[in-house]
Amino acid sequence: MSSLHSYLITSALLFAIGLGGALTRRNAIIVLIGIELMLNAANLNFIAFWRFGPHPEALTGILFVLFSIGVAAAEAAVGLALIIAAHRHCKTTDVDELDSMKG
Amino acid sequence: MTTLLGIVTLAGAVVAMAFRNLVHCALALAVALAGLAGLYLQLGAQFVGFAQVLVYIGAVAIVIVFAILLTRGGQTPRQRVFSATWPLGAGVALAVFSVLSWIILSSRALPLGTPPEPAAATGRIGDQLMTKYLLPLEVLGLLLTAALIGAVIIAMRERTDE
Repeated sequence: MSSLHSYLITSALLFAIGLGGALTRRNAIIVLIGIELMLNAANLNFIAFWRFGPHPEALTGILFVLFSIGVAAAEAAVGLALIIAAHRHCKTTDVDELDSMKG
Repeated sequence: MTTLLGIVTLAGAVVAMAFRNLVHCALALAVALAGLAGLYLQLGAQFVGFAQVLVYIGAVAIVIVFAILLTRGGQTPRQRVFSATWPLGAGVALAVFSVLSWIILSSRALPLGTPPEPAAATGRIGDQLMTKYLLPLEVLGLLLTAALIGAVIIAMRERTDE
């Protein structure tokens, strides 16, 4: 098992942990933390493939991760603002109770 | 060293997903993100590692702590923290991990050798950002501005006109 494999397995494990948390926790902020962990797992994959790929001088992986970090920062700010707005309206951040649009 | 950083990252992630107290979860998230930054440094991506420290640990974790305090989530919740359908979610996560690891371990397309350490690339990152990736950089700036204004407007207390 090469070093690239261990990085990819680490990243897959991180993605699964984030996905499990986002699907099972009730608090919306923890769900957002799980989504951040999944994004970071994808970033780790990009960096690992950049390092062990055939053309590290092209810098494609690094630049993709930089843009991904920027977009993730915007996503976190908007997501947390939405959670705060939902908390003001419904007095809860529990995603099981935010079901007023349920048919 | 790499193994240690990986263990720190994964342990932080597990704790962030499993603890009851939200503030402890946010702190564990910061630990996991720091471990990832260390992994980036181990992989030779210094600029990304420091960007990770600045953006994720310096900004995103702090914003999450602010959101926890603004929604009064600092106390440990008394009722259960996992949703009623948690076995389904855990099963989905486990299935995703099994499929991913099966593909990774059985793939023959992955390069096996370790290429030599690439030279310090920070200067060339700046060159590329100012030439080939100039338009994406400007779009990202616009996106961040729009997200900043949008987040402020969404979180602003609305007026009660009626």
